[in-house]
Amino acid sequence: MKVKLSFWKTVFLFLMAAGAYATFIRFTRGLGASTHLSDRFPWGIWISFDVLCGVMLAAGGFTLTAAVHILNIKRMHSIIRPTILTAFLGYVLVCVALMYDLGKPYNIWHPLIMRNPHSVMFEVAYCVMLYTTVLALEFSPIVLERFNLQKPLKVIRAILIPLVICGVILSTLHQSSLGTLYLIVPEKLHPFWYSPLLPVFFFISAIAVGLAMTIFESSMSAKHFGLHLELPVLQELGRVLVVVLSVYAILRFEDLLHRGVLGLTLKPSYEMYLFWLEIALSIILPLVLLLQPRVRANPDGLYWAAVLTVLGFITNRMNVSITGFEGSTGVRYFPKWTELAVTGMIIAAGFALFGLAVKYLPIFPKEEFIAVHENTRSLPVGVVSELQHAGD
Amino acid sequence: MSKALLYDSTLCIGCKQCEQACANQNKLPYDDAIAAEDYQSAHKLTVVLTREEKFMRRLCMNCQDPSCASVCPVGALQKTALGPVTYDASKCMGCRYCMVACPFSVPKYEWGKLFPKVQKCVMCPDRVAAGKQTACAEICPTGATKFGERDELIAEAQQRIRDNPGKYVNHIYGLSEVGGTSVLLLSSVPFETFGYRTDVSKDPLPMLTYRVLSHIPDFVPLGGMLLGGVWWITHRREEVALAEGRKPEAVKKNGRKQ
Repeated sequence: MKVKLSFWKTVFLFLMAAGAYATFIRFTRGLGASTHLSDRFPWGIWISFDVLCGVMLAAGGFTLTAAVHILNIKRMHSIIRPTILTAFLGYVLVCVALMYDLGKPYNIWHPLIMRNPHSVMFEVAYCVMLYTTVLALEFSPIVLERFNLQKPLKVIRAILIPLVICGVILSTLHQSSLGTLYLIVPEKLHPFWYSPLLPVFFFISAIAVGLAMTIFESSMSAKHFGLHLELPVLQELGRVLVVVLSVYAILRFEDLLHRGVLGLTLKPSYEMYLFWLEIALSIILPLVLLLQPRVRANPDGLYWAAVLTVLGFITNRMNVSITGFEGSTGVRYFPKWTELAVTGMIIAAGFALFGLAVKYLPIFPKEEFIAVHENTRSLPVGVVSELQHAGD
Repeated sequence: MSKALLYDSTLCIGCKQCEQACANQNKLPYDDAIAAEDYQSAHKLTVVLTREEKFMRRLCMNCQDPSCASVCPVGALQKTALGPVTYDASKCMGCRYCMVACPFSVPKYEWGKLFPKVQKCVMCPDRVAAGKQTACAEICPTGATKFGERDELIAEAQQRIRDNPGKYVNHIYGLSEVGGTSVLLLSSVPFETFGYRTDVSKDPLPMLTYRVLSHIPDFVPLGGMLLGGVWWITHRREEVALAEGRKPEAVKKNGRKQ
C-alpha cells in the first residue's frame, strides 16, 4: 500500500512538473512553439481530448441527477454525490483547457457581449458557462454541509429541482452541440464520422459514458477509499447501459447504411482500422460483456465493461475530431510533448482533486463511513480517521 | 450592390504583382523568398500558383453566405453588403472554428505570435467602401483580375466562355459553389489542378448547423416542461403511495429480480 501510494505520488509530481513547464512554454512562446497545430490542422488534442472528451466524461452528472431527482429513483441517491463531483471537476478542467487552446484566452468572456446566435461555438460557450455555474450550485450543498452553513443550504434545497432541470437541458444542448460543431464540414470530415445525426450520436453516447463513468468511479472509490460498493445499483446502471449502447449501435449502423458507406467499413484503410477499433471498444466488447448476467453480477466484470465503454467513446471523439480530418487535410497529426504534458497535468489534477474532495468533504453517505470503520481493518488508521472526520 | 472579383487565368502572365500589392495593402512583408512560397499563409493572403505552365490565383473566396462568419461565436468575421468578408481582430478570441469550418481552408493563423490573429484576404473593404478597386485588381497589368459588380462579372464570364469555344473549362468557379462566392474564377484546365475542390456543396453550408440551432428556442421550454412533468408524476406517485400506507421504494426493491 505504501509503495503504491508513493508510486502514484511520484507519477503525479512528474505530471505536474512537466505540465508546469509546458504551461510556461505555451504562455511565453505561443501556440506554434507549444503544439503541432498548423494552418491545415487547427484543432488538436486540447480540443479533442480535453474539451470533447472532458465534457463527455462529465456526463454522469446530468444522467444521474435526472435519474434521482426527476425520475425519483431513490436507490441511486447514494452514488449521486461522487457523480456530481466528477461532473463539476470535469467542467472546471474543460475551462482550464480552453485557456490553453484559445489563441487569445483573455478574450474568453467576449461571447457575453458579442453575440452570434448562428454559431454553434456561441451555443457551446454559453452551455459551458451556464452549466459550470449549475454544477457549482449542485455541488455547493456538499461544501455548505461541511461548514454547516444552514441558510444558504436552505436556499439551494429550495431551488434544487429547477436547478436540476436547467442542468439536464443545458447538458443535452451542450453534449449534442459538440457534435453539431462538425456539421459544417461535410467535405472535410471522413464519411465514417460525418453524419447529419452527429448531434444525436454525441448525446446518446454521452448518456452511455455518463453511466459507464458512474460505474467506473464508484468501483474506483470502493477500491481506493475502501468504501462499500453499491453493487445492485451499479448492476442496474449496467442494464441501462446495455439498452443505451444497443440504441446507439443500431442508429450508428443504420446511418452508415443510409449514407451508403457501410461497404467502406470493409475496405482496408487507415480510417477503417480506427473505425473498427472504436466500434469494438465502444459497442461490441461492452455489449458482449454486459449481455451476460454472470458478468453483470461481478464487480470486476461491470468495471471492465465500463472502462471499455469509456475508452471506446474517447476513441470516437478522437476519430471525429482528429482521424476523420487527416484524410482531407493530408496531414498526420500527432500531439507535441507539450500538448501531452498539459493534458496529462489536467488529468492528474482531476484525480488529485477528486481524492482531496473525498477526503475533506462529505461526498459519500455518512453511514458508509461507519460501516467502513467496522468492516475494514486493513485500511491504514490515518485514512479511516480522516474518512470518519469527513463524514462529520 | 455586391462587388466581386473575376480572375481569368488565361489572361494571367504570372507576374505576381497582385501578391506584392496585396502584401503592401495589408502591411505584410514581401520579398523574393515569400514570392517563391506557393501556398497561402498568415503573411501571404493571395498566391499565384503555376501548374503545367498555367497560372491560377488562390485567395479568400469571400463567400456570399460564408461559413467562417456563421461559425464565429463573437462575430469577428462579417459578410458586408458590398461583398468583402471582414475580420475584426479585437473581437476574436482565437477559437479557430473559422479555420476548421472554411470549405476552402482559407483562414490562416499567426501560430508564432503570442497574441495571434486570423489572417485572410478581406477583399480590401476600405478601398471597396471608398468606391475603389481591390489592390490586386488595380495593379493587374493584363486585366486577369477584374473588379466589378458581381452580376455584371458573371455575365461577362459567361460571355467569354461562349465567345471562345474550347478555350475555357465550361464552369465559372464560385458561381454556385457553397451558394456562390464573391471571387469568380475562369480556367482553361480543370480547377482540381490547382487544388480547387469541385465536389463542394452547391448550398450554403451555414444552413447545416443553423437547421439544428434554430430548434433550441423550442427545445428549452418544451424540455423544461417535460422534465417538470415527469418530476411531478414520479413524486406524486410517491405521495399517493405514502398516503395509502405503502413504501414505494421498498415494494419495488423486493419485487425486483436480482
